[in-house]
Amino acid sequence: MDMKVGKKKLGLKEKYQHMTRGLGWETTYQSMDDVFPFVKYEGIKIHDWDKWEDPFRLTMDAYWKYQAEKERKLYAIIDAYAQNNGHLNVTDARYLNAIKLFLNGISPLEYMAHRGFAMTGRQFPGVGARVACLMQSLDEIRHAQTQIHSLSNYNKYYNGFHDYRHMLERVWYLSVPRSFFDDAVTAGPFEFMVAIGFSFEYVLTNLLFVPFVSGAAYNGDMGTMTFGFSAQSDEARHMTLGLEVIKFVLEQDPDNLPIVQQWIDKWTWRGYRVLTLVGMMMDYMLPKRIMSWKEAWEVYFEENGGALFKDLARYGIRPPKWLDQIEQDKDHISHQAWATFYNYAAACNFHTWIPTDDELDWLSQKYPNSFDKYYRPRLEHWREEAKKGNRFYNKTLPMLCQTCQIPMIFTEPGDPTQICYREVDYKDNKYHFCSDGCKEIFEHEPEKYIQAWLPVHQIYQGNCFEEGVDPTAEGFDPLSAVLDYYHLAQGRDNLDFEGSEDQKNFEAWRGMATKNAA
Amino acid sequence: MSKVFIALQTNDDTRQIIQAILADNPHAVCNEQPAMVKIDAEGSLVVRRSTIEELIGRDFDLQELHINLISLTGNVDETDDELTLSWNA
Repeated sequence: MDMKVGKKKLGLKEKYQHMTRGLGWETTYQSMDDVFPFVKYEGIKIHDWDKWEDPFRLTMDAYWKYQAEKERKLYAIIDAYAQNNGHLNVTDARYLNAIKLFLNGISPLEYMAHRGFAMTGRQFPGVGARVACLMQSLDEIRHAQTQIHSLSNYNKYYNGFHDYRHMLERVWYLSVPRSFFDDAVTAGPFEFMVAIGFSFEYVLTNLLFVPFVSGAAYNGDMGTMTFGFSAQSDEARHMTLGLEVIKFVLEQDPDNLPIVQQWIDKWTWRGYRVLTLVGMMMDYMLPKRIMSWKEAWEVYFEENGGALFKDLARYGIRPPKWLDQIEQDKDHISHQAWATFYNYAAACNFHTWIPTDDELDWLSQKYPNSFDKYYRPRLEHWREEAKKGNRFYNKTLPMLCQTCQIPMIFTEPGDPTQICYREVDYKDNKYHFCSDGCKEIFEHEPEKYIQAWLPVHQIYQGNCFEEGVDPTAEGFDPLSAVLDYYHLAQGRDNLDFEGSEDQKNFEAWRGMATKNAA
Repeated sequence: MSKVFIALQTNDDTRQIIQAILADNPHAVCNEQPAMVKIDAEGSLVVRRSTIEELIGRDFDLQELHINLISLTGNVDETDDELTLSWNA
């Protein structure tokens, strides 16, 4: 970068003081409680908002300058990538399904984060906290937009990218990331900050952006690499803010500790469940693999998270609950998730497949405790069946967890051959859960979670068909009606990668890119 | 002791920044990964403006780091001259 650095009139600390203090005031026409109606009901006590400090001491003027520079870099690369038919340089067309998942499942969360931080910033009486929320809100909308712009280039050529907005609120598996964020933005402002600012940004997003985006680079996807790293450069600031929030809140009043601890337990577990999707992307959907989900988990969660919670112990914070289960799960969840999507490929907006022999060997090597024993034989069996023309598509609908909304696919801690079921009777109904974590989260706020929009229930209740469709008509095909409702075309957007339009087109176009026409 | 890290994109802007960080933190370990480097250090890590300026031959504002930063851990403290990452435990 060729940026001229002028003589500074104020040092960083002084500038931060001037640009984030004295901008607020005690209101007199309306009471402060009416102006900031949500800041007290969660029970968090704040005595002095001026104790809030952004460790980077970033002010709005510097923010615009650096963000503009990031955008110029990003768009130069995105343009070059598109002009150069960069999509034909990805390792192979299976890779595209990982970024379909990204656009459909993750980019809309960036947009929700934008809304969440805008709402939360509005609720905080302290100016430092509001400025930080404003910046993060702008960052998040930038992430949503740059991801949509970058990935729209793929939409010109490949299937499944065409209607992510519509699908987010309908497609069964997308209710998992969507309900996660809906849960956070409908919480109070402090819980939102702990949920997204701390538990998601600090403890978990490295797993999404660092190894996965580096993996995108490794697979020739310059577009994803660029928006990924550009977003991640903001994440460093978000992580720092997330940690600052925790420290600030805990230092303000000892009564805040149990409330914050409960939120950390809840949101680490909620976020961890959502990341199952990322585990599957890393282990199964990157043709060239950079590290396994388990390795990434060990580096970014166990090592970094361990250091973090050791540091926070001075405030009385202990590591999140259910870590012993999480520790065992790292050998299993990516395989259990891929098996599920392989099963339900007929109802998906991306393709699945059985890994090649090389890839199976890689998984065997990375997961010596679990893969050969529990997962490889099943994949090989499905491969044999597919060769005989019986590619397995599951036509039944799975039971979903009331809290995380993931199908009940996870196994008992200590027994990978037994599906884990928990249930709770509440008022007149029975509710089902995938784990002790999700069950306990429900029990703490049952009135919130009984309102969950569970895709399977909704399909059975007849709420997932286009208007005018008559499910009692003769020859009614529920799957086909649900696909219409999702805006998915049977045989084009769903099913196995083998034989897909994406596979054929990619092969033909790559051939055209490297040879002259006959 | 716990480790802190800083991860930067691999590009022409960061070549000297990485060099400066490694010079100022002899205990740090540099991991090269596709398109990025991750610098791990026991306890704490300091990024010093003066060292970077010496290597790039121009004035440098430490906040320029944000442009090529991927991620970091630890408690952050930034002044005009230094960015420090550290754990207290």
